Amino acid sequence: MIHSLFLINCSGDIFLEKHWKSVVSQSVCDYFFEAQEKAADVENVPPVISTPHHYLISIYRDKLFFVSVIQTEVPPLFVIEFLHRVADTFQDYFGECSEAAIKDNVVIVYELLEEMLDNGFPLATESNILKELIKPPTILRSVVNSITGSSNVGDTLPTGQLSNIPWRRAGVKYTNNEAYFDVVEEIDAIIDKSGSTVFAEIQGVIDACIKLSGMPDLSLSFMNPRLLDDVSFHPCIRFKRWESERVLSFIPPDGNFRLISYRVSSQNLVAIPVYVKHNISFKENSSCGRFDVTIGPKQNMGKTVEGITVTVHMPKVVLNMNLTPTQGSYTFDPVTKVLTWDVGKITPQKLPSLKGLVNLQSGAPKPEENPSLNIQFKIQQLAISGLKVNRLDMYGEKYKPFKGVKYVTKAGKFQVRT
Amino acid sequence: MASNSLAYNEQAGAGETAELGQEAAATMSPSGAFGLFSSDLKKNEDLKQMLESNKDSAKLDAMKRIVGMIAKGRNASELFPAVVKNVASKNIEIKKLVYVYLVRYAEEQQDLALLSISTFQRALKDPNQLIRASALRVLSSIRVPIIVPIMMLAIKDASADLSPYVRKNAAHAIQKLYSLDPEQKEMLIEVIEKLLKDKSTLVAGSVVMAFEEVCPERIDLIHKNYRKLCNLLVDVEEWGQVVIIHMLTRYARTQFVSPWKEDGGAEDSEKNFYESDDEQREGTERRKKPYAMDPDHRLLIRNTKPLLQSRNAAVVMAVAQLYWHISPKSEAGVISKSLVRLLRSNREVQYIVLQNIATMSIQRKGMFEPYLKSFYVRSTDPTMIKTLKLEILTNLANEANVSTLLREFQTYVRSQDKQFAAATIQTVGRCASSISEVSDSCLSGLVCLLSSRDEVVVAESVVVIKKLLQMRPAQHGEIIKHMAKLLDSITVPVARASILWLIGENCERVPKIAPDVLRKMAKSFTSEDDLVKLQILNLGAKLYLTNSKQTKLLTQYILNLGKYDQNYDIRDRTRFIRQLIVPNEKSGALSKYAKKIFLAQKPAPLLESPFKDRDHFQLGTLSHTLNTKAAGYLELSNWPEVAPDPSVRNVEVVELTKEWTPAGKAKKENPAKKFYSESEEEEDSSDSSSESESESGSGSEEEADSSEDSSASSPSEQEGESASESEGRSKRTAKKSWKTRAKSDSEDEEKENEKSKSSDSSSAESSSAEESSSDAESESESDSGPDSRKVTKEKEGRPKQARSTLPKDVSLLDLDDFNSVSTPVALPTPVLSPSLRADLEGLNLSTTSSVINVSSPVFVPMKTHVLLHRMSGKGLAAHYFFPRQPCIFGAKMVSVQITLNNTTDQKIENIHVGEKKLPAGMQMHAFSPVDSLEPEGSVTVSMGIDFCDSTQTASFQLCTKDDCFSVNIQPPVGELLLPVAMSEKDFKKEQGMLTGMNETSALIVATPQDFTPSVILQKVVNVANVGAVPSGQDHLHRFAARTVHSGSLMLVTVELKEGSTAQLIINTEKTVIGSVLLRELKPVLSQG
Repeated sequence: MIHSLFLINCSGDIFLEKHWKSVVSQSVCDYFFEAQEKAADVENVPPVISTPHHYLISIYRDKLFFVSVIQTEVPPLFVIEFLHRVADTFQDYFGECSEAAIKDNVVIVYELLEEMLDNGFPLATESNILKELIKPPTILRSVVNSITGSSNVGDTLPTGQLSNIPWRRAGVKYTNNEAYFDVVEEIDAIIDKSGSTVFAEIQGVIDACIKLSGMPDLSLSFMNPRLLDDVSFHPCIRFKRWESERVLSFIPPDGNFRLISYRVSSQNLVAIPVYVKHNISFKENSSCGRFDVTIGPKQNMGKTVEGITVTVHMPKVVLNMNLTPTQGSYTFDPVTKVLTWDVGKITPQKLPSLKGLVNLQSGAPKPEENPSLNIQFKIQQLAISGLKVNRLDMYGEKYKPFKGVKYVTKAGKFQVRT
Repeated sequence: MASNSLAYNEQAGAGETAELGQEAAATMSPSGAFGLFSSDLKKNEDLKQMLESNKDSAKLDAMKRIVGMIAKGRNASELFPAVVKNVASKNIEIKKLVYVYLVRYAEEQQDLALLSISTFQRALKDPNQLIRASALRVLSSIRVPIIVPIMMLAIKDASADLSPYVRKNAAHAIQKLYSLDPEQKEMLIEVIEKLLKDKSTLVAGSVVMAFEEVCPERIDLIHKNYRKLCNLLVDVEEWGQVVIIHMLTRYARTQFVSPWKEDGGAEDSEKNFYESDDEQREGTERRKKPYAMDPDHRLLIRNTKPLLQSRNAAVVMAVAQLYWHISPKSEAGVISKSLVRLLRSNREVQYIVLQNIATMSIQRKGMFEPYLKSFYVRSTDPTMIKTLKLEILTNLANEANVSTLLREFQTYVRSQDKQFAAATIQTVGRCASSISEVSDSCLSGLVCLLSSRDEVVVAESVVVIKKLLQMRPAQHGEIIKHMAKLLDSITVPVARASILWLIGENCERVPKIAPDVLRKMAKSFTSEDDLVKLQILNLGAKLYLTNSKQTKLLTQYILNLGKYDQNYDIRDRTRFIRQLIVPNEKSGALSKYAKKIFLAQKPAPLLESPFKDRDHFQLGTLSHTLNTKAAGYLELSNWPEVAPDPSVRNVEVVELTKEWTPAGKAKKENPAKKFYSESEEEEDSSDSSSESESESGSGSEEEADSSEDSSASSPSEQEGESASESEGRSKRTAKKSWKTRAKSDSEDEEKENEKSKSSDSSSAESSSAEESSSDAESESESDSGPDSRKVTKEKEGRPKQARSTLPKDVSLLDLDDFNSVSTPVALPTPVLSPSLRADLEGLNLSTTSSVINVSSPVFVPMKTHVLLHRMSGKGLAAHYFFPRQPCIFGAKMVSVQITLNNTTDQKIENIHVGEKKLPAGMQMHAFSPVDSLEPEGSVTVSMGIDFCDSTQTASFQLCTKDDCFSVNIQPPVGELLLPVAMSEKDFKKEQGMLTGMNETSALIVATPQDFTPSVILQKVVNVANVGAVPSGQDHLHRFAARTVHSGSLMLVTVELKEGSTAQLIINTEKTVIGSVLLRELKPVLSQG
């Protein structure tokens, strides 16, 4: 399936290559560079490129291109999903998925890639199994290894590989047994010029951090499970249980993982926690325009809206912006034309606003469209859909774990058209 | 592990190669024979030295640097001889890195690579499965044609390996060997056939992959495994799922008849998705016999549905395409929700998913219409995503939603992304052409856009307007006039050409303007683009034909200019037109028809989706994405007219019954294995288990497998009430804790609460679980809690399962959830029920006779001991356990039950006890030989051993038809006893006679809660098979037993003292056993 993998950085250097079948020359990447040049923007490089003898499937993650070489028919999503899994694994092992991190740990990267694929077919992608085979680098371990001469490589088959719960290894032990769940909901919305909602929906995830000894069997139930319209599960969740009782029953992986992601049924009206008043105009035949944006709270369930950031991709003709914020600070990058306004918290008494002048390139026609505003915000201790965890029970182990649930609402792809 | 030596009988040939290899390596290394290489690059010299050093750390550093070179794509092949020597390194990390190197360069240095082969051959026989597997991986990755026979042999061996992990690697190796030497195909198909039968989920995905690569045409291999694959699917790892689903989609299309009501198949499906369903059904029913779906077809559709919830986008897409291609149309709707969910993912996933939705939405609009708004475009989306979304929106447009869509499109048209704006305009054109109601408003909207400042937008609008006008040649004179004016300002060639063409076509409708336009164009002819020049020529010709009076000269002027143009296309066209329209003596017959030729009615272009033609590719494939047939694409066949014989999928009768009517027994093993489907079955299983073994431990097994309801339902009637009561209590407490939490606002407070409350609830819970799990002694144990108890409890639970079914680790992997019917497993049920035992005790109390009665055991620990591990027993596993029953073979014997498991996939025949090696005096009654043991089967046999009241080991041989394995049984001292029921008075009397030399004692220190009567009882009976003696004093606990062989009394007393100490006293004639028992009891009682 997957023949080779090339890692390419932003400036177009191939800094790592790995082949699972016979060697494919680096020159195959020229087709990729060609496509990249044509696309102008990195985001627009097509993920699937056809070349005379190979097919290139690539992903773009953290300023790196992962380009895989394929020779025969294969579901493209299979490769894409796998490449993302590789990037996730690097992130997991090295804390970041960057060129520097990969170059520093090239041996571990190679060992990982060797374990993850055999002859182009995924072999072990579960981080629990990989971590037993190849231990992640830590400073302590590298010191110990250099003294004792022991290695980072496990010599027995990880227990997970052979069990039907490959995500959990046996013999986990903690002194403090804890289970934390973060219910994170994101509001995706498009608000039109007049402030009415064109489209809004709530997407949520439950991220878990489970540090429990032994083989705990957890079941998590909700007060209002009917809210969840469409759910995707971590493989550990027993589907039948959910189907029949709407209870999440699972033997958790060890550590951090995403338990479920869900979408709240579209029948429910979505509360939009902020409103934006905006007045952006460009004068005809003059090299300046006005910019005036105010943000206020709305339908926020009595919680404070915080961490507000407004990002605007200004039109190309904008040279500079001269603004005054009543709160927070702003930056404008004249090269990428991106305006970022870091607002912070909304206090209802004094609404934050950003006003000022826009300098345009003289002589150029005025932009036809006003830029849209991308808004980020965060509301602590609130799941905007009203989803509530009812209880968490543990079976199979006798100790008493700490349990905790945290709710956060965030803006997802929240866009205001102006 | 004596048996392992048997596995080492390498072939003589292989042994020789090994020696040769080592010799060669030896001669090469010291002689400096690298003259050839060393001259190349001096800088690698230090690496070579490091590799030759004695220190592992130096070698490791060198290998790390070399791997770094490989990673960067630099050539490190010259180091091959130095590296390959380390292939046998003891250090696992060096070894792995050498493997990496070998696989990379073996192809280039074939001769030298052969030196390493012997090492792998040896490693293939290693007892460690990881080493076997990785040896196979590397061996098969070395692309050296000479070793093909060795690889073939290794693959065959590995495909019969006991470890599923090794078998998985064998499946991968098949593909590698096939790509190296396609001639091996026939042999490899045999291996594939064998591995397809494998029941491990681990193997399933890989072997199907191999099947797809090597012999996708051999669909007949799938028949027998079809149902198994469908049933296993949810438990296979995600990558395997994708491959299997794609394969099964192909399979279903060849084996089942079409579930679609229409005859034609996919092509004509679009025409009536909604209205006609019912009519159609009626129609088909009249025409032919009603369609009934093959149950196997249904099985596949049903079993893939849960996978739509997978977190892996590839799996979701695979299921979606399966539904699309093989499910009845009315059921395919379920996939849209999941596909829309994937749109939240990263851009690459979005791209592929949107492409597939685009194809689907052309054929079946209804599926995605409810999700229309999910395809709205955001200004931050990459252009390729925007265009795809737009495409889908257009496909979904209908009379009902078109006005909403057009409003949305208005925003897009003004987008800063001009490429996208242009695409939107095309889209508006398509909407206008497909939905006639809005075409007028679309057209006027497009005309408005003509005044836009952006050239791209205007140009695109012109092109679209041109197409629209062409379609509806009504009175659109105004628009044409407007466009003629635009010629002055528009510079984009395509737009100019389009306007000219439009004017030319409609020159009779705008008789005043057309000649004027031609005049202007004649002036600028030389500076125009080639495309525009051609249209000017066309316009001239058309005007010449219709209005020659005004334009004759102009046209001739233009034709003259064209004659000397640099572009030969234009020169050609000029010549052609001149000959055609200008009448002269040579003009042929054609010029008569010039007007017809130029001003013919031109068919309007069809504005179509660019995804229209993709539907003949299977969705989700690379070919579909690229819209060309990729190498290795397997065509999805059309539905057969008549279904092939469905009985080919039937597995032999025995297995069929296994699959379809799992007996109670089979169900019982399910919960651990069938991960998703357990809950339904759980209740049955817990019922059956509580019936069959109503004594202790039944619940704890369920417990391990989770689920609230099992703990509630598993206890048998007698206990039901108390258990459910405590369950209820614990629920209430728990609920309270969650409520408090819900109320409290601050995070910190929350945690505080939680700590206290959750501890309450969980302890309550645990105790309730405890009660339900052990019926026999639940009254006495309800307030348990100490960890030690938990541990023992767990121990009991686990081996019990192992005994009653298969060893846990094996059964987890084994996907086949069905146990062989032919092997009923004998469940050890104690002879006396607890109530009867109580009666007996009562009797004893009333009759004050001093007769020593052997009573039934208080408690039978479920701990099993390994007699023969399956690895050393070549797949035969044996466990033994002490049922604490009086032995039927002789009064002086201890009864032992042995559970034999067959973990291979072949029958094991004639299992019997061979030569016995017993210490003097010991006797053994062997079990009756087991004639044959089915694969995956297990059988329990009992035997008796007279240990002569000693803990000496009984050694004997366990033999099968082919092999003999030496095994040992060493009894724990507690099993050499039989419990005795006696009164307190008798106990005191007997104790009085056994003092002095016959008394041993020890002091125990433990926490007070360890000294509750129930805990002490539990701990003592767990270790030793003793009977409790009713005690008049709270601080005294007495136990009595007699040894099996000699019948000597064994009296145990636990006397609680002040504080947290206790005195443990044992009185017995058999002082040796007494002191051993004391030694065993002491740590058990004192542990916290």
